[in-house]
Amino acid sequence: MSAQPGTLLDVRGVTKRFGGLVANKDISFRVSHGELVGIIGPNGAGKSTLFDVLTGFQPPDSGAVILDGEPITSRRPDEISRRGVGRTFQKLKPFNQMTVLENVMVGAFQKTGDPAEAHARALECLHQVGLKDKAQAHARVLSTGQRKRLEMARALAIRPRLLLLDEVTGGVDQGSIPGLIELVRAMNAGGVAMLVIEHNMRVIMGISHRVVALHLGEVICDGPPQAVVNDRRVIEAYLGGAYAR
Amino acid sequence: MPRARRIVLGGLALLALLAFPLVFTLPFPRHLMITIFLYAMLAQAWNLLAGYCGQISLGHAVFFGTGAYTSTILVNQLGVTPWAGMLVGAVLAIALSQAIGYPVFRLRGHYFAIATIAVGEIVQTLMINWDWAGGARGLFVPMKRPDSVVNFQFHDSKQTYYYIALGLLLLALWITRRTERSRTGYYFRAIREDQDAAASLGIPVTRYKQRAMALSAGLTALGGTFYAQYILFIDPESVLPLSLSILICLVAVLGGVGTLWGPVIGAAILVPLSEGTRIYLGGTGKALDLLIYGALIMLISVIQPGGIMALAQRGRRRTG
Repeated sequence: MSAQPGTLLDVRGVTKRFGGLVANKDISFRVSHGELVGIIGPNGAGKSTLFDVLTGFQPPDSGAVILDGEPITSRRPDEISRRGVGRTFQKLKPFNQMTVLENVMVGAFQKTGDPAEAHARALECLHQVGLKDKAQAHARVLSTGQRKRLEMARALAIRPRLLLLDEVTGGVDQGSIPGLIELVRAMNAGGVAMLVIEHNMRVIMGISHRVVALHLGEVICDGPPQAVVNDRRVIEAYLGGAYAR
Repeated sequence: MPRARRIVLGGLALLALLAFPLVFTLPFPRHLMITIFLYAMLAQAWNLLAGYCGQISLGHAVFFGTGAYTSTILVNQLGVTPWAGMLVGAVLAIALSQAIGYPVFRLRGHYFAIATIAVGEIVQTLMINWDWAGGARGLFVPMKRPDSVVNFQFHDSKQTYYYIALGLLLLALWITRRTERSRTGYYFRAIREDQDAAASLGIPVTRYKQRAMALSAGLTALGGTFYAQYILFIDPESVLPLSLSILICLVAVLGGVGTLWGPVIGAAILVPLSEGTRIYLGGTGKALDLLIYGALIMLISVIQPGGIMALAQRGRRRTG
């Protein structure tokens, strides 16, 4: 398994089937250290399944996932997390009966057993995502946008090398979108490589260094944002063949 | 509440509890308090697994019975002091809990609870049919005189039992408090709230569930040995029934699960209530006591599912 220099995540020919449905078909792409890669595709393209395979929640039927030269294929989610891969969920999963601060402390405890240190790290992360004033609130009272920020803070607290964000702006009011985009940019500028699923085209074009487009479980395009958005197959996948001229 | 005031109030409450047997010298009030302490500590042990870690067990009588049987058999067969038996019982209960947890923790939610009921029934049936361990007839702990700490028997007064039960409760509270504030406590609660999110943050979910199970089972077994030495007779019907597992759970649920004081409050209400209804309404042959007891539990679970602790917290918020 020779790693390409500079490659952090190497996805090689990943296939995932659910019965007769092929959710991911022979997917291959790479993410470099510090790179921000957008993943687009219509509903059902296999984006969230791909995240589940990469983070160990679903074992792939074939193919390999390599993180910094080490295979992590079919490792348990917690093992992959401890190797420096953080993630958020499309269907948000905050710890509702815990405070915002406690939620993030759970993440911070990955790197320290000392509650005081975890507390300090959690406050740092909350500050970073702009939720510090909500630290003592229960997670269940937060708005959708705030919960997305909470999940990001929680994932940041594990000090990830790679962060997988599933739908940054989905279900969020228009007013909160610019703030969330800024946040993603800032986290990436801090040195964390990112893989971002996003439906809002303007958002994905604005933040990504590179875009991977999926359709019906397959990679149909991989390249710079402008090239992908003008690619015939991508337009076809989104709008149907009639528009792709 | 400010910290200083909490410490003063806590100190006063502890002093009052220590002085109680000196003021109340009759057996009944002491017995009532001992029963409260025992159920509070059992419910607290259950609370560690179910309240904090979210794994609802309805088979905790298995661990209680393990404690009771281990110390009793060791005393009867080998003359080992029940204190050593208590430790061996706890170790056995922990080992048993890990063996049960290994397959059963692959199940989520209600399936876990159902599996624990099944385990409880299996163990009770095994013990009923195991003649060497007393079978359905049960086992007596041989009476030993005079009273001695080594023998763990006190026939002159219940005072020493009172202090031992109080000590066990304080131990359970102390362990819960320490756990609550540590990484382990945070991980338990995260697992209760969402296993996938917990795993995504690097928590080895199954290992922590096993840890919660071990803590809970070990503590419960201590209570079992205490019961055997206090009552001096055990049988599968008294230390291994499903009804005991459910009662332990009810005490915690009534007081408030996932809280430090919930199980204590639950026991302080439920035990006198059950003793009261039994004394005043029992013996009529119409099970009126059980009816009232059951109705009260239903009422509380409908009106305030968060338990008494949630009620108290709501009241405090309202008064500012």
